[in-house]
Amino acid sequence: MASEAGQPAAADAAGRRAVLQVDGVTKTYFLEGVQVDALCGVSITVYEGEMVSITGPSGSGKSTLMHIIGLLDRPTSGRVFVEGEDVSDMTPNELSTVRNKRIGFVFQAFNLLSRTSAVANVELPLVYSGVSGAERTKRSREALERVGLGDRLRNTPNQLSGGQQQRVAIARALVNRPSIVLADEPTGNLDSRSGVEVMQILQDLHAEGNTIVLVTHDPKVARHAERIIEVSDGKIIRDTRVHDRLHAGREIQELDEAPALVEFREADPDSDLRDAGAGDAE
Amino acid sequence: MNIVESFRIALRALTANKVRSALTMLGVIIGVSAVILLVAIGTGVQGQVTSTIQGLGSNLLFIFPGQINTGGGGFGGGSGSAGAKPFSITDADLLTARLSGVDAVVPVQQGSGTVKRGNKSTRSTLAGSTEKGSLVSSSVLGGGRHFNKSEVAASARVCTIGSTVKDQLFGTTDPIGKTLTINGQRFLVIGWLQKQGGSLSGDQDNQLALPITTLQNLTGVSRVPIILIKVTDVGQIDAVRAQIKRIMRPKFGADITVFSQDQTLGIFNTILGVLTYMLAGIAGISLLVGGIGIMNIMLVSVSERTREIGIRKAVGARTYDILSQFVLEAMMLSILGGIIGILVGAGGAAILKPLVPTQLTGWAILIAFFFSAGVGVFFGVYPAWKASQLDPIVALRYE
Repeated sequence: MASEAGQPAAADAAGRRAVLQVDGVTKTYFLEGVQVDALCGVSITVYEGEMVSITGPSGSGKSTLMHIIGLLDRPTSGRVFVEGEDVSDMTPNELSTVRNKRIGFVFQAFNLLSRTSAVANVELPLVYSGVSGAERTKRSREALERVGLGDRLRNTPNQLSGGQQQRVAIARALVNRPSIVLADEPTGNLDSRSGVEVMQILQDLHAEGNTIVLVTHDPKVARHAERIIEVSDGKIIRDTRVHDRLHAGREIQELDEAPALVEFREADPDSDLRDAGAGDAE
Repeated sequence: MNIVESFRIALRALTANKVRSALTMLGVIIGVSAVILLVAIGTGVQGQVTSTIQGLGSNLLFIFPGQINTGGGGFGGGSGSAGAKPFSITDADLLTARLSGVDAVVPVQQGSGTVKRGNKSTRSTLAGSTEKGSLVSSSVLGGGRHFNKSEVAASARVCTIGSTVKDQLFGTTDPIGKTLTINGQRFLVIGWLQKQGGSLSGDQDNQLALPITTLQNLTGVSRVPIILIKVTDVGQIDAVRAQIKRIMRPKFGADITVFSQDQTLGIFNTILGVLTYMLAGIAGISLLVGGIGIMNIMLVSVSERTREIGIRKAVGARTYDILSQFVLEAMMLSILGGIIGILVGAGGAAILKPLVPTQLTGWAILIAFFFSAGVGVFFGVYPAWKASQLDPIVALRYE
């Protein structure tokens, strides 16, 4: 699966272009003088149009890997290529420019600017790539319409639900037409329904040809991708195709049938959840 | 990202915290307005003293008893240096009799007294001179007449009154021919003087002019601190100066000082100039304190907005973008504060004008403005630099 050292493969057998190559990357921290090997020789290639999950338990190194893929951090050794371009030795400012043009971030905590309208939030990457005002507003509006928030352009984050905020973040990730959308636990702060809706948008974007890298600890969320890379102790332990892929659209249908079940549970006279907190006399 | 964009972002950040921005600006506002107001007062007083002295005419000589060293020693003012033999009215008479080429020789003396009319009373300056006093004074008669030679000779109890005295004791009624008492003695008002405005030595209009002989009787003080001489021809001023020294030598030796108007002006300007710079300097310190306030708030703002900085960096902001955003914020605070400070200072100068002579100067406004902008840059750069150096990963995790 790995390419030859130092030589980025241009395409796979099916003729798909490699948009991201991580080649023999290690990352070593020093925490209070103690050496921590967060990544020990990781190699990944993500091709154009793929939807890949990177998964693993906490402490596995997947966050570090996400930071390196997202160009927020640099590897101790090994190389990273984005669209064939070696970014391993770039300065922080050069990395900012590559992030701006090639990577769209979706974070667990949404990370929108507070007291700033949805449109202005989505415009942010365009501001830093020097797109003019009118063009910026037009593209932000299109991106927000794309995630179903065409009627919430002027709302600020605190006027939006969590699911809506995450959709604004997705619009922001899309607006500069990046090579990769990098989603870090995008459903982590959402209720199950909003989470599934966000997954549906990501799957739709994938169906339209966007390349999506999903970082999650949740195996169920990971199964929305077509390929899962499992990380443990700073190494890749498995890289498999998903056979029983989950489809968010179908899950939404199932959720729509669920209310009856919820009502049944609330009516359960034996439920001890209702009295939780009231009686721990025993 | 262009500068317009940075400007917009900075403006949005400042309006998001209106009270805090206003309080931060207050430091700069106070500093700038203090600089402008104090310089305006200093310049105004200097201007008034200059015009008062110049109004007397360039052909004026001032004679003080004692030697006054203008080079670096003390300046004893009108009272002469300590220990010197004082002038008397007879010295002025001697000069009048023997000097040629002069229009007037006027001994001048001041005192103070309680002036009463009916149940109204005021404390005023009493200015004693001779019938030629009006020739060496900048005051203008508003009505009536000055006292004459025979009244001076007879120590007549007559006076002309300044406009403040007139307003306080007589209101709108014509004071001429009326009487008032000075320190319990009855005086006849024979004239009144037009309003002149305040000066460094207080209200020039709260003053009564009376014959110097009368003043000496009233106060019991016979020493004359200064004699003013008006020369007929300005070109002869040095010749007259030499004559004065020759006439006075038998009695005083070298122990007298003769100043021309230029020299007197020079001394006043030096003193007032130093005073003005000193005031500006003190006010400048408050501007510096205002700048430190800006730095403080910017540091708070940077740590409060760590996450925002992280987000901006993640989506592509470069070091320069963050740096310029925060420097611009600090500059806007200080420049806006500077502009408001200029308005407050100018407004204050206008309000104080009836009480203290004030004069706005372009250089004070310019310096205050650029100094405040400079304060913004200087005290804004460190917090902005700190913001621009934040690691995006750390910044994004910041709670």
